Amino acid sequence: MAYIKKVFTKLTFVIPVLFSSLVFSEASDYNMPVGVTDVSESIFELHMIIFWICVVIGVIVFSIMFWSLWKYRKSKGAVAADFDDNFWLEIGWTVAATLVLVWMAVPSTQVMVEAYDDAEGEINILITGHQWKWHYEYLEDEVGFFSNLATSQEQIDGDVPKGEFYLREVDEPLVIPTNTRVRFLITGNDVIHSWWVPDFAVKQDAIPGFINTAWTNVPEPGIFRGACTELCGIKHAFMPVVVRAVEREEFDAFIAEKVALAEEERLLTSKVWTKEELMARGEGFYATNCSACHQANGQGVPPVFPALVGSQIALSDSARHIEILMEGVQGSAMAAFGDSYSEVDIASVITYTRQAWSNGENGDGVIVTPQDIVAYKNRIDL
Amino acid sequence: MSTVVESHDHGHHGPAKGLSRWLFTTNHKDIGTLYLWFSFIMLFIGGAMAMVIRAELFQPGLQIVQPEFFNQMTTNHGLIMVFGVIMPAFVGLANWMLPMQIGAPDMALPRLNNLSFWLLPMAFGILISTLFMPEGGPNFGWTFYAPLSTTYAPSTVNFFIFSVHVMGVSSILGSINIITTIFNMRAPGMTLMKMPLFVWSWLITAYLLIAVMPVLAGVVTMMLMDINFGTSFFNAAGGGDPVLFQHVFWFFGHPEVYIMILPAFGIVSHIIETFSRKPIFGYSSMVYAMASIAILSFVVWAHHMFTVGMPLAGELFFMYSTMLIAIPTGVKVFNWVATMFRGSITFETPMLFSIAFVALFTIGGFSGLMLAIVPADFQYHDTYFVVAHFHYVLVPGALFGIIAGAYYWLPKWTGNMYDETLGKLHFWLTFISVNVTFFPMHFVGLAGMPRRYPDYALQFADFNALISVGAFMFGLTQLLFLFIVIKTIRSGKQAKPEVWEGAGDLGLEWTLSSPPPYHSFTVQPQVK
Repeated sequence: MAYIKKVFTKLTFVIPVLFSSLVFSEASDYNMPVGVTDVSESIFELHMIIFWICVVIGVIVFSIMFWSLWKYRKSKGAVAADFDDNFWLEIGWTVAATLVLVWMAVPSTQVMVEAYDDAEGEINILITGHQWKWHYEYLEDEVGFFSNLATSQEQIDGDVPKGEFYLREVDEPLVIPTNTRVRFLITGNDVIHSWWVPDFAVKQDAIPGFINTAWTNVPEPGIFRGACTELCGIKHAFMPVVVRAVEREEFDAFIAEKVALAEEERLLTSKVWTKEELMARGEGFYATNCSACHQANGQGVPPVFPALVGSQIALSDSARHIEILMEGVQGSAMAAFGDSYSEVDIASVITYTRQAWSNGENGDGVIVTPQDIVAYKNRIDL
Repeated sequence: MSTVVESHDHGHHGPAKGLSRWLFTTNHKDIGTLYLWFSFIMLFIGGAMAMVIRAELFQPGLQIVQPEFFNQMTTNHGLIMVFGVIMPAFVGLANWMLPMQIGAPDMALPRLNNLSFWLLPMAFGILISTLFMPEGGPNFGWTFYAPLSTTYAPSTVNFFIFSVHVMGVSSILGSINIITTIFNMRAPGMTLMKMPLFVWSWLITAYLLIAVMPVLAGVVTMMLMDINFGTSFFNAAGGGDPVLFQHVFWFFGHPEVYIMILPAFGIVSHIIETFSRKPIFGYSSMVYAMASIAILSFVVWAHHMFTVGMPLAGELFFMYSTMLIAIPTGVKVFNWVATMFRGSITFETPMLFSIAFVALFTIGGFSGLMLAIVPADFQYHDTYFVVAHFHYVLVPGALFGIIAGAYYWLPKWTGNMYDETLGKLHFWLTFISVNVTFFPMHFVGLAGMPRRYPDYALQFADFNALISVGAFMFGLTQLLFLFIVIKTIRSGKQAKPEVWEGAGDLGLEWTLSSPPPYHSFTVQPQVK
């Protein structure tokens, strides 16, 4: 990057110090973040080089234009000349424009080659965009979790004051180790999303049926906030990205804890659950994963998101209820939850929606247990 | 150019009376008027949607509308402004001006002309009606990426698809008419390289339309099949490819971008030479520049898709090809400046809008160049920086070109001069508010605000409030434009045939009376 630094230093030399210090201040509210990785710094420098080249061209062109407008105004008695072409002038500025573009293309290509690298990482993380949350899976350790918006609906509706990290906070951030090459494998579960962390200069579309790659290597611990940048439906603005970079030891401890939790979860499947236990767990799951569409009161937003209260399936058809949760509904926003969540979660939320609101009184009151889900899976596997 | 013009005013050549004049008209001026009024009405409908968007974004949180409706507003605002305002306005100007600029009595295919127009209110009636249906209108962005627009779309998407088909038919028919007119009905002596630049710009635009509108029709038809007939063009679960949608869409979409700017280049060239009292600098390079832009527009489409995961060679190819466009575009800007240089310049309203066009379109060009730089685009992509960029080229670009053209030719069309004081007031209010609206979008975009967000983090609040204030001011100011246009139609100082000092030598339209006779040139003028 020596070339870029050289050009960059030269350019900043030309610019009035005051203005440059204004634009270069870090964590700016009006400029691209410098970021924390080598790639993000190179991209920031490239951005500023191109910006200043444009400024210089703009100043030259606009100066000539406004000077001409002022100097050759008719009210001052200007008489029009009669020329309408000049071969060498036209050749000259065409060549000049081409040279400037080549000058821009060289550092652009260098940074692009630096940023583009899909070799394996020491840590490989599968990132899956869902409507409207991110799922992170550590491929080496086979553990994963969902990352949901943590900002409350009351803050969004303005019923309570908005917090410092309004719409930029999640219940469980992605954790990565510092000074490690981390590769992201990015895909989509339903529609196209796009995973963006400005401080890493990583933005990659999460497309169903494709696995895109991106990578980063974060030198210092910190919390980095990003967003979904491809329109993905109603809650597009409400699925932020938060990444926590930690020292290697802390990361290893985090993974060990996740592995232990997953093991515990597997054991829960064979446990005998009471209705109350399932209800309690299901209520939490519903609030996190279902209420965005079906609403906290189960009334949905018909006709796009059907009501669960009084639904024939929720009242009297537990087999179909399980099927919908496991497979999703083709042609609708209802996703398949079967592959992403544990049997316990699926069973508890089905039980919850069959018992909650007025469904418990009006329906058949069937309790679906994790064993039922296992049975469903085995039946399908045949 | 010397011309002999006689107005043959036989009684039966006048327009029919009442509504049937407009329904059944085959006259290029009446159809031009219809197009322009249609576009003006759509400007206020699409503008009202922008006002809803800006009202919601005035402060963080959800205040006015819910995200579901917000997404319908962004989608329909985009669709209406692109297909219902900019394109019909240019076709309206073409209808009015092409026959008068090439010395013809009318368009070559007048009945087709009537059909091309009347398809449009149908198409937009269908589109807008979806907003009142239970599931709501299209909510997947004007770029309608699959599978959000197929598997996950409201069922009203079928109306949207039909509407796009109808718009496409209208555009293709209009383009056939324009090409036929230009090739067959030019006055004797008007060789291709003597045609006015507005005619050239439309000839090139019409070819672009004919080339890409079928591609748009193709992509929406594939959607229709996916939604209703079980195909999987864009459905990954069925072996399809969601990225294919984007390739096909942008193969249409990028030439479409130039469809929305080339005619403005033509208009602005005429205005700058008129008010600089000096012939346009580098006429032939202007023509070649437009042709180069049009040809290049077919090989740059994937610069809208730098983050979909293309191979390195693909990313670099589309970066280089996109940067190339800066050359012909730069040449055009230099030519306009060189036309002003050593002219004798006055600052009537059309000239003010044209100067603002050159300056602000160039700013949009700079941000376009920045967006072409792939690694930097990783940071810009799908943020407000992009929103700032395309609004700079479409509002002070295309729309200013249209408004400038309207002021420039309004005295010719109506026979009345517009009110210069009000025109200048309109210009300054528009100029200030357009920059208050769109300039801060560069900053919020760079600072990290994604586009198509109904709600945003707190650090973007100040700029968003400012942007909304600018937008409301811009919206209100356009009511003044409406007032000025109506006032000019109804009264005003009688305009001379040449309207502008010295314009008589600049084009055949200025040799006709103001307003011009119903059948423009009934005797072909001779162009030297």
